[in-house]
Amino acid sequence: MAISRFLLAIALTYLGLLAVTFFIGRVIPIDPVLAIVGDHAPEHVIARVREEMGLNKPLWQQFWIYLSKVVHGDFGTSVLTSNPVLQDIQRAFPATIELATLGILIGAGLGVPLGVWAAVRRGGLVDQAVRVMGLIGYSVPIFWLGLMGLVLFYAKLGWISGPGRIDISYEYTLTRVSGFVLLDAARAGQWDAFANALSHLILPASLLGYFSLAYISRMTRSFMLNELAQEYVVAARAKGLSEMRIIWRHALRNAAVPLVTVVTLSYAGLLEGSVLTETVFAWPGLGLYITNSLQNADMNAVLGGTIVVGSVFIGLNLLSDLLYQLLDPRTRSR
Amino acid sequence: MKEKHLKVWFIKSAAALAVATAFGLPLALQAATPKDTLVVAWSIDDMITMDPGETFEISTGEIMGNSYDRLIRFDVNDPSKLVGDLAKSWAVSSDGKTYTFELKPGLKFASGNPLSAEDVVFSLQRAVLLDKAPAFILTQFGFTKDNVKDKIKQTGPLTLSLETDKSYAPSFVYNCLTANVAAIIDKKLVLSKEVNGDLGYAWLKTNYAGSGPLKLREWRANEIVALERNDNYYGEKSKLARVIYRHVKEAATQRLLLEKGDADIARNLSPQDLAALASNKDIKSTSTPKGTVYYFGLNQKNPNLAKPEVREAMKWLVDYAAIGDTLIKNIGVVHQNFLPIGLLGASTVNPYKLDVDKAKALLAKAGLPNGFKVTLDMRTVQPVQGISEAFQQTAKRAGIEIEILPGDGKQTLTKYRARTHDIYVGQWGADYWDPHTNADTFVRNPDNSDSAKSKPLAWRNAWDIPELTKKADAAVLERDAKKRKTMYEEMQADFRKSSPFVMLYQQTEVAAMRSDVQGLKLGPTSDTTYMFKVSK
Amino acid sequence: MKPNNSSTAPARPGLHAWLMSERPQSRRQAALGRAYGAWCTFSRNRLAMLGLLIVIALVLMAVFADLLAPYSPYIGDLRTTRLLSPSAAHWFGTDDQGRDIASRIIFGSRITLYVVLLVAVLAAPIGLLVGTVAGYAGGWLDAVLMRITDIFLAFPRLILALAFVAALGPGIGNAVIAIAITSWPPYARIARAETLTIRQTDFIAAVQLIGASPWRIVLRHIMPLCVSSVIVRVTLDMAGIILTAAGLGFLGLGAQPPMPEWGALIANGRLYVLDQWWVAAAPGAAIFLVSLAFNLLGDGLRDALDPKAAK
Repeated sequence: MAISRFLLAIALTYLGLLAVTFFIGRVIPIDPVLAIVGDHAPEHVIARVREEMGLNKPLWQQFWIYLSKVVHGDFGTSVLTSNPVLQDIQRAFPATIELATLGILIGAGLGVPLGVWAAVRRGGLVDQAVRVMGLIGYSVPIFWLGLMGLVLFYAKLGWISGPGRIDISYEYTLTRVSGFVLLDAARAGQWDAFANALSHLILPASLLGYFSLAYISRMTRSFMLNELAQEYVVAARAKGLSEMRIIWRHALRNAAVPLVTVVTLSYAGLLEGSVLTETVFAWPGLGLYITNSLQNADMNAVLGGTIVVGSVFIGLNLLSDLLYQLLDPRTRSR
Repeated sequence: MKEKHLKVWFIKSAAALAVATAFGLPLALQAATPKDTLVVAWSIDDMITMDPGETFEISTGEIMGNSYDRLIRFDVNDPSKLVGDLAKSWAVSSDGKTYTFELKPGLKFASGNPLSAEDVVFSLQRAVLLDKAPAFILTQFGFTKDNVKDKIKQTGPLTLSLETDKSYAPSFVYNCLTANVAAIIDKKLVLSKEVNGDLGYAWLKTNYAGSGPLKLREWRANEIVALERNDNYYGEKSKLARVIYRHVKEAATQRLLLEKGDADIARNLSPQDLAALASNKDIKSTSTPKGTVYYFGLNQKNPNLAKPEVREAMKWLVDYAAIGDTLIKNIGVVHQNFLPIGLLGASTVNPYKLDVDKAKALLAKAGLPNGFKVTLDMRTVQPVQGISEAFQQTAKRAGIEIEILPGDGKQTLTKYRARTHDIYVGQWGADYWDPHTNADTFVRNPDNSDSAKSKPLAWRNAWDIPELTKKADAAVLERDAKKRKTMYEEMQADFRKSSPFVMLYQQTEVAAMRSDVQGLKLGPTSDTTYMFKVSK
Repeated sequence: MKPNNSSTAPARPGLHAWLMSERPQSRRQAALGRAYGAWCTFSRNRLAMLGLLIVIALVLMAVFADLLAPYSPYIGDLRTTRLLSPSAAHWFGTDDQGRDIASRIIFGSRITLYVVLLVAVLAAPIGLLVGTVAGYAGGWLDAVLMRITDIFLAFPRLILALAFVAALGPGIGNAVIAIAITSWPPYARIARAETLTIRQTDFIAAVQLIGASPWRIVLRHIMPLCVSSVIVRVTLDMAGIILTAAGLGFLGLGAQPPMPEWGALIANGRLYVLDQWWVAAAPGAAIFLVSLAFNLLGDGLRDALDPKAAK
């Protein structure tokens, strides 16, 4: 019974999301027909295309038609690319995932140890550094940092590759199977392509990683401080357990519960950060896709992108709730 | 002891990261493009289709120009001269209404199918039957869905004839046949992909059926267009094996790619970038005047802007010289006429300059000595934005308060077409290389009502001009080239004085490229930039 | 609360003792005493004071912009003063229209303040209201309100703001509305969580027994208790709001030219970033500084107002 209420809640959220986006799309003062036929087209062509697109029907009817198609998995066709929206998203989404995943690996991989260190050596250098990094991470505009980073590391120093996912020379020698360039290159054993893809990824991923690192390290520190102040830690010390054991096997284990939530939510936050990052780095991901479609009133694409992004957000929120319940034995007795 | 473990962990991960970067480092440095491939960095997010019968965008225009042939092209160095592309010879009857063409023998498509007059007839008929945005270029000669099968006929395996409804100036007809909409498509291939009698429309949107020197290999929207050498091409084969267009929106990013050698050519650089690159020994540049003009349109529905003195005053309030030297340096030239230079009859008379006192006097004469308030719809792209802001400043000196309403391109365009603007900063690119393409829109307004069937720029600014419309109509039927030229010069003189258009500049297209790139010449229209002549 | 003798030497020992008295005689005394205690805790935090100082400086800059700015932010000379590098005459150089960047940044502080205040004034009350009503009412009203909140939370803030601005049209007013629309859900969530805890308490039960109407309970009793956490959250959010507004300006959807909104300044400077990097660097630094200030301020407030938050 709880599950059906739960599913109903999700379905309603989706519906609301779609309705809001659809409404926005039809209110946008952009004529979607213009994107297709261009400004020089004669009037009768424009009128005809408008009719073909079903734009003359009443709003609610258009929404209803759209909904029924979505339920059957048909997200419509993008007016800009002439491809089915689903196909476009299938190409754009992995790019964002690749970026966000590498970002969270950097963020969590570095953030958790840093947070632990800061908590353990409270007031020390690392603690101050974590604090400062966190503050900077919350305060600096990501697009500005990305731009400066590109200028410094690509233009001036030449340490990394420029915008785009992979060099042109690998564009046609690498067979794309999964949509993830790193995986495809590794699977094919083409390590030079792998390295090249990595050098394209490293700066935008580091940028996103930095932002999640700022958040994760602060949260880890906060949770660890909480744990280390608990009585069981005092007891464990009294019993003579080594510090390492206490920190890693006990305190962190307990802190891991809310930490997992934090990491999951941070991952979701990276999806938002990707919008501006993808703009700066010309990364062909979902953020860029949605922004582009919005500026051309390509509503099928915007709605499709909305569904995907919304799903990921909802999914990640659910996941974090679920993990919290699973990992924290205290919440199990319901 | 506790920190040691953490420290070790850190050193390990830092090392891993460093190794990963170092691994990529030497490979990242060898980022130069392959020798047989040309990489062009360009903003190509306007592409929506690869069907020559439907495409009308600038970027796609260039792809079409490189991958599809047509009956005739014009000589890029002298646009008044025609050069046969697929046609060996052409002629027009004495009554001026029947055109005949003979094709070169032994032509083939990239698919291997032979190219005959049947394909030519099919292509032209198809464009009219589909009736998409660019179809008017052909239908303006009287072709309709009902009569096109009779008017455009195959008369032999390699010959065909075209019958127009009036005896137009032959140069006009030939110029229109050089446009992309008249590209020749592989009939057999396209019809084999036909679905529900759509003449292959759905398939050709993302595919290729042409005979040009480069064939389309792949189009990933907003990302990349890949062209490959067509070995079945009748003429001189492309020197390069591949030409790849990478979509890069930012000028700064394009410049970075160019400087690093990740791109061979960058097409959207700003005046700053070009000036900065001038001292770079690895980069050179080439430029060409383009058939695109920029202007401020003053909506005559606004009672203040409708006053003739105000219209003229606005023209005296633009600091053309300063703009020409700074904001559009290298990417445009001040041009105050509606015909871009290069078209028959284009005028080079630029009488206006910044004169605030004169403008003030005119405003006083119009009964607005203290100026007035007005809005300006502006697209948030450069240099249009810079020019608008500069205009805002100079207009203020005469008391005119301009409120800038920024918007995305499509947004402002929608408003413009609905005639709900005050001032609109716009641009118009030639659809085909004949003066009528701009005359048709700037000085023709057959129906000024709100429900008009056509919306030329004159209509969008509610400029009611029955006399000029008649003149433009007559000029297109004038078969004597010299007389035609004079007619356009008169129209431009009239336009300069009385129009609600403050003409600003003509675009100069600039391409910056690596020094090893040879043979690139930008054409005056989008489809005359021939990448297949380029080598490295 | 023990009287603090170290950093705040009480100028009027009488007043201090009165404020810190453990037996306040009136409501006002209690409220003032709490505020004073919070201030003491807050002022001990040096970084938080730094943040406060920067914010005060921002406000002063906005108010006295006319006096502080050396040049007009709107007038420049294309020919003579275009894209000059930083110098004594122009501390941050000039932009592509020849305008002094320092002056533009100073005047831009007004827009920043305008955005921040307006969003706070719009979003916080809405969030507070929705959250407390949902938490107190429970049942289907709670479910509906939370569903609506979830819809807005299920979406990256920037993209949703983008969509709204695209629909409403670019401009600083519409950008503010768009950001406000996307900002209130977290406050609603916080308010609701607090309300759920508060409504179990004895004194609420007491007020209910007296017969107060639900509206009175929510408005006069529950809301005031939630205000402090919402304020903390709003302040911490300010940085995010500034960054979102800058992001919108960067994408061309914020303030209209020639308004010197900081995000739009960066977007402008982006075109020249390779050679005239100062055009983008200075406004970026300004955004950074102000966001940092709000973050520090918010951290300090949280530590001072919410003793549960462990340091």
